[in-house]
Amino acid sequence: MSMLHTVNKSPFERNTLVSCLGHATAGSAILLIEDGVYGALEGTAHSDLLRGALAEHSVYVLGPDLNARGMTDAQVIEGVSVVDYGGFVDLTEKHEKVQAWL
Amino acid sequence: MKYGILVNEGPYQHQASDTAYQFAKAVLDKGHELYRVFFYHDGVNNGTRFAVPPQDDRKIAELWSQMAEAHGTDLVICIAAAQRRGLLDEGEAKRQGKDGNNIAPGFRISGLGQLIEAGIQCDRLVVFGD
Amino acid sequence: MSEPWEEEGPGTIKKFMYVNRKPPYGTIYALESLEVVLIAAAFEQDVSMAFLDDGVYQLKKGQDTKGIGQKNFSPTYRALEGYDVEKLYVEAESLAERGLSEDDLLVPVEVMSREALAELMNEQDVILSF
Repeated sequence: MSMLHTVNKSPFERNTLVSCLGHATAGSAILLIEDGVYGALEGTAHSDLLRGALAEHSVYVLGPDLNARGMTDAQVIEGVSVVDYGGFVDLTEKHEKVQAWL
Repeated sequence: MKYGILVNEGPYQHQASDTAYQFAKAVLDKGHELYRVFFYHDGVNNGTRFAVPPQDDRKIAELWSQMAEAHGTDLVICIAAAQRRGLLDEGEAKRQGKDGNNIAPGFRISGLGQLIEAGIQCDRLVVFGD
Repeated sequence: MSEPWEEEGPGTIKKFMYVNRKPPYGTIYALESLEVVLIAAAFEQDVSMAFLDDGVYQLKKGQDTKGIGQKNFSPTYRALEGYDVEKLYVEAESLAERGLSEDDLLVPVEVMSREALAELMNEQDVILSF
């Protein structure tokens, strides 16, 4: 029984990523979408937050949202997988339920 | 798999309705069943017939209407949220004594029970909001 | 489309959790999510409400909204019991971070640790966020 957590806001704007990671149990997956993708980038004040999460979670970021914001896959923290909307659907199929952190 | 989607935000103001739409398309492309898309809070504004966005931009309400026409997707607007925000179908307009209605094709207005029912019937309920 | 015998029947009971993380009045999420819970009561599902982060402020005693011209809807939390919604969980860390205690809350709740709440979230079938 594992959960997919989605986070759609930047860690600079809201505490949702922090709150999500505080509640996501080991083995659950995290997907960053919309403005949440900023949390997946290397070289920011919040990079350590997500890097730390990799120890217990599979972490994904929505590629189209990265590209829209002028970011490339190369800028994503190592270990975070880039997926498209099809991959997003696959993740929801793989995990028993989805929790949106808004 | 049977999917339900909850859209909590209106078009353009937040990305939620765009992401929900792209996700819904991907659900259908993958051959899953899209049981219902339920619109709540400002999400009800996705169902307006009167939006006139700039020519070179996406027409969100129309995209949803086209999805309903092509796939029979059940687009449900919460009646309580719609009443608050002035989204009416013909029946509601008459009942409330308003001089017009503004619901877009393919959408229907119904109760919150439809959201709960989607939660019960679907394998996955995915929420898009702010 | 699924076969009729594959649809969830009237006996299906799922665990629904309503996650409340936003404070009242600044936005409509607290009020309208409460409205979902009240409607949902009719479906006799296994309903719980989780209050964490700023969501704990929804339950603060002594809300006087006259000055801001909004309806004080906090008494509705006391009515939940009458709808058989009795599982109200409040996160201990969220209370402590905000200098609040159980005594500040207007309705009996179960205070639980973040860790316990995280486990409870894992046990749910459907999680609704607003």
